[in-house]
Amino acid sequence: MAQLSVKKSLESSVRGKPNGFTRFFRQIDLQLMVIPALILIFIFSYIPMYGILMAFQDYKIGRSFSSSPWVGFKHFSYFFNSPEFGIVMRNTIVISFLKFLIGFPAPVILALMLNEVRKMAFKRIVQTITYLPHFMSWVILGGLVSAMLAVDNGSVNMLLEKLSFIDKPINFLSLPQYFWGILVTTNVWKEIGFGSIVYLAAIAGVDPNTYEAASIDGASRFKQIYLITLPSIMPVVVIFMILAIGNLLSAGFEDILILAANPAIRDVSDVLDTYVVRVGIDNYRYSYATAVGVFKAVVSVGLLSMANFIARRSGNSLW
Amino acid sequence: MKDTLGDRIMVIFIYAFLIVLAVSTLYPFLNAVAVSFNQGIDTSKGGVTLWPRVFTLENYKVVFKDDRLMSGFLISVLRTVVGTASAILCTAIFSYGMSKKELMGRKYYMIMCIITMYFGGGLIPSFMLIRNLGMMNSFWVFIIPSLIGVWNMIIFRTFFQGLPNGLEESAKIDGCGNWGTLFRIVLPLSGPVIATLALFTAVYHWNEWFYAGIYISDQNKYPIQTILRQILLSNIVSEQGGGGLDSSSLAHLQRAKTITSKSLSMATMIVATLPIICVYPFVQKYFVKGVLVGSLKE
Repeated sequence: MAQLSVKKSLESSVRGKPNGFTRFFRQIDLQLMVIPALILIFIFSYIPMYGILMAFQDYKIGRSFSSSPWVGFKHFSYFFNSPEFGIVMRNTIVISFLKFLIGFPAPVILALMLNEVRKMAFKRIVQTITYLPHFMSWVILGGLVSAMLAVDNGSVNMLLEKLSFIDKPINFLSLPQYFWGILVTTNVWKEIGFGSIVYLAAIAGVDPNTYEAASIDGASRFKQIYLITLPSIMPVVVIFMILAIGNLLSAGFEDILILAANPAIRDVSDVLDTYVVRVGIDNYRYSYATAVGVFKAVVSVGLLSMANFIARRSGNSLW
Repeated sequence: MKDTLGDRIMVIFIYAFLIVLAVSTLYPFLNAVAVSFNQGIDTSKGGVTLWPRVFTLENYKVVFKDDRLMSGFLISVLRTVVGTASAILCTAIFSYGMSKKELMGRKYYMIMCIITMYFGGGLIPSFMLIRNLGMMNSFWVFIIPSLIGVWNMIIFRTFFQGLPNGLEESAKIDGCGNWGTLFRIVLPLSGPVIATLALFTAVYHWNEWFYAGIYISDQNKYPIQTILRQILLSNIVSEQGGGGLDSSSLAHLQRAKTITSKSLSMATMIVATLPIICVYPFVQKYFVKGVLVGSLKE
């Protein structure tokens, strides 16, 4: 009996499967590779999640979390009843959907177009140029856009005047009716090239024999795009569409902070994210801003689940 | 089969569209370059498009003499170099550990990572955390919170798992521990994936301006992008004056009547873009690869 247990412990130590502690310390070098990183993740990702509780408190600077009074959903109902709520929600929804409706198909179309280009040098030049804005910060791009759209000697105004579409320069960036258009155009302009990389790769995977067969059968090039290329890359398109829907509400706010520098257009530019920055960072209303942020996160998770549900129906699940 | 008439029209339309797209992408950059080399007063008369009309280096002289801009540039460079090197190193070590099947608790560690990709505390709780940690106004606020990227970890891990097992086994037989194997065998083989991830991390660090503006209150510690943002903002708010420039540059601006805030901010913009433009042609093949690696996981 004793012999047997000795043999067993020997065996298990050879196999490296004694109790948890011993096993853990035996692979301590491996654990030391991951534990510091996990501590960092805990500090910088999980502690802020705990900080969400602030949304249900009346937090004041200098007071600790535990001594702040609990107020339940006060900040939420305050937000829902505030005059900004309607404006902010409308802008968030409209801007997100415009970005999605135009910004999502644009790279797909560009990839399809690039695929039709037979002159490789031309294709490469167009690609190199259109990828470039992706690597610029919004600060730089905002500077370029406002220089282009400037009232005094902005290139767009000069062009429009020369073509006599307008009599005098338009101050594009301080008139509310132009803002959504400018924002969406700039976004598409920044990401269209870079976004097309994935779809180009997907197109490259299509079997060339299919095209040959189609052209022998008399399909025009347009029909080949429509009947072969597009259906072949559809699975990739669907996956990226789900991701895009999940990110609908958080589709960037740097662009708005930069392009909507003029407070005169706040009625069309204020979205949930910029509202959080303004009330939280600029006005020090921490609890209130956190509540708005939580509201946004809840809606986002809802959207992502919805997108995933639809995708699962169509057979492409995200998880 | 010959192209039909419709096809030919389509091809012409495609070429035309692509040319318009490329021109409209390139033109703003070229125009900014032209304006930055053009005399400011002359620019405000209008009509400068692709080529400077009254060539001058004055704008750049002011930019390079401005202490605040130069220190901002230096902070950006330092932040990009230190931030990228440390983040790639730490994430690589973390990913190597996570790529080992025998790692105890691997599954729970992974869940812990994945959750952070979908949920977060949001802006204000993160801001409070940084403040409570006493990292406000410190250079390390650029580096430490972004040391570990979960997304990069997944890409690294996938790459490590794809390496042939034999290499690591023979290293183990030769007496290498996990750390030795990582640094002597695995990392030297990971050139392409390191280049790709380093590229994206470096671009992030170079371009980041928003959190720097929130976490840093001493304006002398701003990176170049945040300073540039201030300059451009003050140009919009008041169409005159140097905004974020330091006082000696402002004096210079008023003395030299030929320089305007527009020509100056264009020159600053070009300086802030230059590092990216310079490395861009060399890294193009890497980022195409990088996007594909990333999207495979998606």
